[in-house]
Amino acid sequence: MGIFKDRKERRTGAPGEKCGSTRRDFLRTAATVSAGAAIGAPAVASALEFDFEAFLQKNFRELSDAELKDVLARLERKYSEKYGKPVSVGAIGPMDGVLFGYGLDISRCIGCRRCVYACVEENNLSRDPEIHWIRVLEFERSAALREINLEDGNPYYEYSEVPAADKFYLPVSCQHCEDSPCSTVCPTGATWREPDGIVVIDYDWCIGCRYCMASCPYGARHFNWGEPNLPAEQVNPNMHMLGNTPRKKGVVEKCTFCIQRVRNGRLPACHEACPVGARKFGNLLDPNSEIRYVMDRKRTFVLKAELATHPKFFYFWGTEGRD
Amino acid sequence: MENLKLFAQFTRGSLIAVARGGKPYYAWLLGLGVLIGLGLVAYGDQLSRGLITTNMRDQVSWGFYIGNFAFLVGVAAAAVVLVVPAYVYNWGPIREVALVGELLSVAAIVMCMLFVTVDVGRPELLWHLLPIAGTPNFPHSLLTWDILVLNVYFLINWFVVTYILFMAFTGRKYNPRIVLPIIFLSIPFAVGIHTVTAFLFTGLKSRPFWHTALLAPRFIASAFCSGPALIFLIFRVLRKVGGMKIADAALFKIGELLAYAMALNLFFVGTEVFTDFYAQTSHSIHARFQWFGIHGESSIAAYTWSALGFNVVALIIFIVPYFRRKLNLLTLGCALSFFGIFIEKGMGLLLPGFTPDVLGEIYEYAPSANEVLVGIGIWAVGALLFTLMVRVAIAITQGKLRVARA
Repeated sequence: MGIFKDRKERRTGAPGEKCGSTRRDFLRTAATVSAGAAIGAPAVASALEFDFEAFLQKNFRELSDAELKDVLARLERKYSEKYGKPVSVGAIGPMDGVLFGYGLDISRCIGCRRCVYACVEENNLSRDPEIHWIRVLEFERSAALREINLEDGNPYYEYSEVPAADKFYLPVSCQHCEDSPCSTVCPTGATWREPDGIVVIDYDWCIGCRYCMASCPYGARHFNWGEPNLPAEQVNPNMHMLGNTPRKKGVVEKCTFCIQRVRNGRLPACHEACPVGARKFGNLLDPNSEIRYVMDRKRTFVLKAELATHPKFFYFWGTEGRD
Repeated sequence: MENLKLFAQFTRGSLIAVARGGKPYYAWLLGLGVLIGLGLVAYGDQLSRGLITTNMRDQVSWGFYIGNFAFLVGVAAAAVVLVVPAYVYNWGPIREVALVGELLSVAAIVMCMLFVTVDVGRPELLWHLLPIAGTPNFPHSLLTWDILVLNVYFLINWFVVTYILFMAFTGRKYNPRIVLPIIFLSIPFAVGIHTVTAFLFTGLKSRPFWHTALLAPRFIASAFCSGPALIFLIFRVLRKVGGMKIADAALFKIGELLAYAMALNLFFVGTEVFTDFYAQTSHSIHARFQWFGIHGESSIAAYTWSALGFNVVALIIFIVPYFRRKLNLLTLGCALSFFGIFIEKGMGLLLPGFTPDVLGEIYEYAPSANEVLVGIGIWAVGALLFTLMVRVAIAITQGKLRVARA
């Protein structure tokens, strides 16, 4: 379908890419470092329990290229050690001429929540306490003929019974607002909207005040109330610093359109996992992209349009009259 | 140089004044110490296990802590109501009242800052808010404004009380040319801390319950109910146990002031009720939750109605001259006003704003035992701080603590 015609250029250091090295380089560094760490580092590490380097780490947006490289290397070292396998932590930046957009076909969604669990695995979400970036709401079909009132949505429906008769489903995650109320209120500038439209969080800079959660009209933001628990064998080692690096307790997290994937020319994990093709994604500025196909041909709407947040997540009915 | 030496003496004298006291005084300090200790243990547990020790969750992401914060900003702001007549119009009887009001402000702001600190997930990273070292999102984030105005207001009040007490200690009269400009500055800042705190909530378009232009005026009106009421109650205690001489005229003046404040506050409550219930929209669901509960979840409604009851009875006491002139009845009115506003502006403000949440879910929040213990610990810190400061103030104003002239 040609969502990313420019995939090749991106991999080899496109303009705007934040860090010069490629993912393969990261993997190699990680492997070397973890081998080295196995020999002498543990004694030093345990002697210095408090990680001053991490504590004094700057805001992502204030890091120079050299500093960012150091931070990424340190994170790779840390996670490779912690999870016992080579981990790559990238920070690939946005590309000129790209504005990501998401489409969701309400007429197709069957409420199976495969997207929810694909997201959990891809983005290293805490398994206990359980955190989900996608929340699927179930609505009465008859009520829906009149209106979608979020108050009528039920997020706790039974998994085994979908798609239930006379029900329809509305998955909600971060809407990646153009005018994002969450980043406006953040007191430390730990969350912001990238030029390609992805709203990101610097998990190391967030102080956990949760003002953004009060400000988000879509319930997209989730807090690590307890220590996140992520089994080592389930860790996804391909990480982006602003995306799926494992979080600490006391910070806020949310969907990033799978920044570690989409900036490398791949589709979000939820999109790949959807068994009915209800999810559409791509570059809104590319007339040949999948999302533009939807935008140009379907009647779309956004949630809570009256709030003027201008989401880049669009809902639509792809197949009219389907029952 | 001379002043520095005197200030050293003043500090030493103050320390001695707070260290010495009778058995009831020590018992009071010990009691507060125990509560602070319990609070610290509870906070230690929260630090090691995370905010999961509270009952806050994604659906209700602020609770007891931020409710107390909003309430205490009001208490802090209210001191200015008493300061103005005392220093600007030089109305004698209220002078001591004003001094104690300012001490209360200082203690209240310390409590505010503690309540925000315990609410934060990673308090060790609070330096990210500082200029230069951190990256404060100023002027976009109202939270950075709030930190700024709270700190300035804290410094203003702290300076004024220290200066006035220091001058009294050295047997001199304070210089109105120093005090008056600062007092005048404190007026916009008192209004400012409360307006900015209200704007923290008003500025959230995701929460229709708070997204109302009336919130800031309501905050100010309710602050002038809770703050002076608390000062009144403290005065009744201090007259008994602190040996402080306070004219009845000053206390009755507070009662008069409370009549205006409470009338205005209840008027505001009424206008909000009218707006939400006469022309209902889907946003009115929060007000319905507040007053009646929805889907069988109605524990908050009991609080809402009891707060209304407290405030109405308080207003009747304040407004009828016959009742207002009875000191014990006035005391009851103040207690009702204090607790009425505490409910209305704490849980009563926070919970309906979050319930139902932005996706329509109802999570009924009540603070956990751990959360309450941390909160009580912070109130105890405030009470301790206030006790120590008042002790110095009493010793100085009564002339027991004076500079030793050679």
